[in-house]
Amino acid sequence: MAMSTPASVGGGAARNITEGLTNRSTNVRAKIIEAVLVLCLLLSMLILLVLIVDLIRRSWSVWTERPVDFLTAGLNSQNAAVAGVWQGIKGTLILMLIVAVVSFPLGIACAVYLEEYSSKSRFAKWTRINVRNLAGVPSIVYGLLGLAIFVKALDGVTSGKTVFAGGLTLAALVLPIVIITASEALRAVPRSIREGALGVGATEWETVRHHVLPSAAPGILTGTVLALARAAGEAAPILLVGAATGLLVTGSQSFFDQLTGSFTAMPAVIYSFARQPGEDFRAITAAASVVLLVLVLLMNGFAVWLRNRYERKW
Amino acid sequence: MAVKTAPTTIPPTTLVLRTNAGRRRSDSGARWVFRLAALSTFLITLLIIGILVVDAADFLRKLADTDDGLGSLFDIGWFPRRGIFDIGTLVVGTFIVTGIAMVIAVPLGLGAAIYLAEYARPKIRSICKPIIEVLAGIPSVVIGYFAIAFINPNIVVNLFSGANRAFTLLAAGIGVGILTIPIIASVAEDSLRAVPMALREASYGLGAQRHQTSFRVVVPAGISGIVAAFILGMSRAIGETMVVAIAAGAVGGGLFRLTPLEPGQTMTAAMAALGFGSDQVAGDDLAFQSLYFVGLLLFFMTFLLNFASDRLVARVREVY
Repeated sequence: MAMSTPASVGGGAARNITEGLTNRSTNVRAKIIEAVLVLCLLLSMLILLVLIVDLIRRSWSVWTERPVDFLTAGLNSQNAAVAGVWQGIKGTLILMLIVAVVSFPLGIACAVYLEEYSSKSRFAKWTRINVRNLAGVPSIVYGLLGLAIFVKALDGVTSGKTVFAGGLTLAALVLPIVIITASEALRAVPRSIREGALGVGATEWETVRHHVLPSAAPGILTGTVLALARAAGEAAPILLVGAATGLLVTGSQSFFDQLTGSFTAMPAVIYSFARQPGEDFRAITAAASVVLLVLVLLMNGFAVWLRNRYERKW
Repeated sequence: MAVKTAPTTIPPTTLVLRTNAGRRRSDSGARWVFRLAALSTFLITLLIIGILVVDAADFLRKLADTDDGLGSLFDIGWFPRRGIFDIGTLVVGTFIVTGIAMVIAVPLGLGAAIYLAEYARPKIRSICKPIIEVLAGIPSVVIGYFAIAFINPNIVVNLFSGANRAFTLLAAGIGVGILTIPIIASVAEDSLRAVPMALREASYGLGAQRHQTSFRVVVPAGISGIVAAFILGMSRAIGETMVVAIAAGAVGGGLFRLTPLEPGQTMTAAMAALGFGSDQVAGDDLAFQSLYFVGLLLFFMTFLLNFASDRLVARVREVY
């Protein structure tokens, strides 16, 4: 009985414990350390606040003077008073469409192979290492890939520096993100669902098609939306494959003509504006940044909402 | 008898179902489609390495044929249009920017991670963590613009009176640091949360306070994940392009400089200056091909860092 009381551990240890719990000087130190940690967190969040407030303050004149004109006018690097972001918005939307069409099926199929067909094989292990490495390759290197492959080597398919080449480049860039997030979503589906389907005679393909994929769909969708948001914000790769930064003349072409002409996108527009000197260009750069931020943050918010709305605990 | 009145249509057994030829065909077809999708990731890796190596080798071969030969890789300064390709100028610039970024991002990211993992109540955590994630979602062009429009005039010039008023490596470094904070914070927090609760309970049981438990038990236990977070952050900082392309200021070329208070040239900024815009001479031009040489170096550096970080994270998973 005596063995189980703290005092019997030994007078020294018990005293140390009591001291640790009551010593006032350690409490002061504890408070300081906690304050420093809180400060780190608050500073990180403060940066975000300052950034957003600064962008809104600088772009205020644009939003009060010509909000509609700014959103509907074309790219112009000479005159800030008539420059707008319409071509950038359109370009970004087309790019995202191409990214979605190319990288989602490919990425999800790769994730299915890794998780459902050969999760333990050596091939799967190497594929995982490869995908993680691809996820860490700097985006400008993907731009070089796009320039050499999608612009030059596949010129016949993409007709050079077009939105098509840009979209394929971004699709390659986000492919590892789609694979990694889709793999996680598939891994979260419990074994019993697969065993149930296989147990009544379904083939592996039918199990995946009718049971695993539908169960993992919300998680996969969340990951793909995040990947799209990443693609929408990337500037370096599309600038390398030739997104226009000066003046972009687009007449009344049809949708398919635009796929084969020169193109631009929101991040390229911001880069173009940001390089121009003068206060009036500062204002429209901030306004263009607000447009891109709203687009990207809406997508991120949608992804978080999806995750919370459809998250299933098995 | 019950046996004789058994139904005449026997329900198919799983064996019958599985050996159905049509269904087996579509099953193996699907398997091939999925396998090809997995193979496509190797194709991308091979293409990236292939074009970088081939074009970089081509660049070196052509450079060796010029008057200065390969010596121009070590002339001082980076002026590709004039045939001066000092790779050292770029690497030093990259190290300056990365160093500044890490000075900003390591304390803030790690502090935020420790607070979120060890101190914050669930309610606070559920509010603060998404805000940090929003920071991670901000496009780097926007941060680049923030660096020249806000950080340089309001922070850098106020702190250092001698600083260049338009472009400085310091402002670029701070901008890159802002982008690195959420990466370090989220990877470090994951590794701290992976430390088993039993270690904390044992520490509290011995009378340790929260800060003692955090810094003497949890942080040492999660150290490989924390180091992995630093390395990953460093890799991102080295590869970050848009912030330096906008805020570091050296467009056509750059002198060899060690001061962060002046415009400077980094590997990614040099690539941006050569490759961006529709007016580039995208051909066999020597200056343009140096893009691939710098790209190969960049790929190699980030690859090594990512690999190291990956191994460290894998070790955390094995231990717990």
